[in-house]
Amino acid sequence: MKNICLYFQVHQPFRLRNFPFFDIGENGDYFDEAANIALLKKVALKCYLPTNKLLLDLFRKHGKDFRVSFSISGTILDQFERYMPEVIESFRKLADTGNVEFLSETYAHSLAALKSKEEFIRQVNSHAEKIETLFGQRPLAFRNTELVYADFIGETVHEMGYKVMLTEGADWVLGWKSPNHLYSSHVHPNLKLLLKNYRLSDDIAFRFSDRNWKEWPLTSDKFINWLNAIPEEEEIVNLFMDYETFGEHQWTETGIFDFLEEFPDRVLRQNFEFITPSEAAFLPDKGHLTIPYPVSWADEERDLTAWLGNDMQQDAFDTLYELEDKVVNCQDVQLKKDWLYLQTSDHFYYMCTKHFSDGDVHKYFNPYESPFDAFINYMNVLADFSLKLDRDLVHHKAFPPQSFKEREKIPVSQPGI
Amino acid sequence: MKVLMFGWEFPPHISGGLGTACQGIVKGLIHHDVNVVMVVPKAYGDEGTERFRLLSAENVPVSSSGFYAKKLKEKLRFFEINSPVLPYIHPDEYEQYFKSLPSKTNPGSLGDPGTVSFRFSGQYGTGLMTEVWNYALVAGEIARTNDFDIIHAHDWLSFPAAILAKSISNKPLIVHMHSTEFDRAGENVNHQIFEMERQAMESADQVIAVSGFTKQIIVDKYHIHPSKVIPIHNAVEQLQEAPAVKTGKRSGEIIISYLGRVTFQKGPEYFIEAASKVLNKDNRFRFVMAGNGNLLNKMIEMTARLRISKRFHFTGFLKGDQVGRLLSMSDAYVMPSVSEPFGISPLEAMQHRIPTIISKQSGVQEILRNVIKVDFWNTDAMANAIYGIGSYTGISNSLANGGMAEVQSLSWNNQSKKMKNVYQQFVA
Repeated sequence: MKNICLYFQVHQPFRLRNFPFFDIGENGDYFDEAANIALLKKVALKCYLPTNKLLLDLFRKHGKDFRVSFSISGTILDQFERYMPEVIESFRKLADTGNVEFLSETYAHSLAALKSKEEFIRQVNSHAEKIETLFGQRPLAFRNTELVYADFIGETVHEMGYKVMLTEGADWVLGWKSPNHLYSSHVHPNLKLLLKNYRLSDDIAFRFSDRNWKEWPLTSDKFINWLNAIPEEEEIVNLFMDYETFGEHQWTETGIFDFLEEFPDRVLRQNFEFITPSEAAFLPDKGHLTIPYPVSWADEERDLTAWLGNDMQQDAFDTLYELEDKVVNCQDVQLKKDWLYLQTSDHFYYMCTKHFSDGDVHKYFNPYESPFDAFINYMNVLADFSLKLDRDLVHHKAFPPQSFKEREKIPVSQPGI
Repeated sequence: MKVLMFGWEFPPHISGGLGTACQGIVKGLIHHDVNVVMVVPKAYGDEGTERFRLLSAENVPVSSSGFYAKKLKEKLRFFEINSPVLPYIHPDEYEQYFKSLPSKTNPGSLGDPGTVSFRFSGQYGTGLMTEVWNYALVAGEIARTNDFDIIHAHDWLSFPAAILAKSISNKPLIVHMHSTEFDRAGENVNHQIFEMERQAMESADQVIAVSGFTKQIIVDKYHIHPSKVIPIHNAVEQLQEAPAVKTGKRSGEIIISYLGRVTFQKGPEYFIEAASKVLNKDNRFRFVMAGNGNLLNKMIEMTARLRISKRFHFTGFLKGDQVGRLLSMSDAYVMPSVSEPFGISPLEAMQHRIPTIISKQSGVQEILRNVIKVDFWNTDAMANAIYGIGSYTGISNSLANGGMAEVQSLSWNNQSKKMKNVYQQFVA
């Protein structure tokens, strides 16, 4: 018996408006509302709404046999509530079928886990509350931003009571091992790990419409054959991908919706079952994994270099989290929200200077012409934000203690890779 | 394969941008087993190796100059010898040049009966059109008496020569556009030069442009068919020694530099406007404009009018080691050119690990990633970039390191290989 675990990531950031240095200290706002609304509408019409509708039909057709899981970031939930509440409604319909598991993540789709345990916990909790309020279920499984995982993150996630966490089945983590098993964290064996099968996942998410790919066109029958070819003793295949794969990264014309429509039927005709992450946590455990350096699902390297690989990204990241104590002491709700939205990983992704083979993916929905523009704009916003923060603190006589906490430096790539 | 090359400059005799580029091209071609004969107006003695000969037009006696002159008149319309044209300088600078150069170019002296040798200054002086004409006659003689496979000519001064050489030898002609009259003169083009450029490109078998930017001008303004124009970007010689350590700077100050001629083409006023915008917000910055040109006095007045003179400095023309010193003090280099066919100076700044801002109206921006690109007229964006580099250490490190690595990967060998491929299309 083989299990298929489908998880879809739903996320959009709050993109920043053009913020030249003239605007520092001028009390302006930070986000490009028009662009954010326009992009959300575009993606909702091409992907979220039609795919939700298709899934609802499939749930009606297959009943409890077809199950999927979603991780929906707090930033996109805020955008839905503000600009397109009908999308929340359509997810709620999916939730009501009982065929959907909602995963836990950081509210801002942030990299807080790498910098501040306190902020990480705050965001995970506020996200869980949001999911419970909107969809009536408290998340049991955890998925960190961009599938970032390392032992020290597993430790925190375990402390918070989660039993299972999703991450990337990167070659440098697994070595000769297969991603198609349940593993556990060596720091806390009670925390189970589900590893993305990146080859099969990316066949759908990235290569589906690539006419230069030797397997094009990818049919559901072909895909089932590949699943069948997996050795009998490997009991779970984790297919993790952006939800935007359906209709946005892969357009309707590529046949992606037909593929999705046929997929559960083909899978269920074999000796396969659909499973969600918290159900998968009860499978037999194939042993411990030690992951001392952070792994992620991005690019060939599958490390942090897409977000924290260059000086600009590290400078911006450090500057952002130096403000944490001030934000905690600040009274202003809007400033707290701004700080949250500024933590979204996309802002750092836009500053990435690794070009080459990953360039196309990095360009996706990127509002900037170059990583340098992205950095300067972000830093101008942070400079202004910091001024606003100081004004608020002076106003409320709530300056934090003088010295900020020194935090450990986290390696962004595995040494020697 | 043997190429007959025509150019007005070649180091060490004149080392402007054009000469430096020609030298890079020649070195690269030699590396790819192409033999080169380079004809310049004036070289001090023939020099060369088996693969390369630098030929001085002065040293070539011309046997039947009347025949060549007639032929050239047939081939090239609108040629007037008596127009005093200065190709790379503005009319305002004309007077200075007029004074500094020998007033007359020697029309030549009789040697053997029936032959004549011409004298050349090889400069951009008052007798320039005469020199261009005589240089072409010499080219006719060289084309008739030498064996070669293809002709390659660099910029308009050598174009009459190239046209005549082609018509006499019937060999394929490659015309290489390092700059166009529109870059040099803005909209006030000299029609005679424009015509020479246009006719040379018309009669050429292939045109090489130093950038896509220049190709676009060639297509739009000279109406040359796009398929005839191939962009091959310039490269840069690698530094022989490591750049100097940053020195001589007062702590806490941020120095932003402009290095180049102070002329319309280079856009100095946009740099000043951006400087003023930065200084209105933040007075940690200092700005330096190094170079000379016909707009210099206007620019000095402009900084006074904007009340930024105390933080904006003019150095005049800087010599070799002074350039290195200024770069080593600089926190950023700005090239705000209005129209720059290629633009080698940002590459030199990047070799010195200086974060660099360049205008999008330049050819060099097409091949660079680790720079900030702005439209020359968008002084808000320019100011924002300057402020960012001066304020946030992350970006200055990224640009400095990334930029230096990027420039190290540019090589004349690669670019000359592309030129050899062009030759091979026309040479069996």
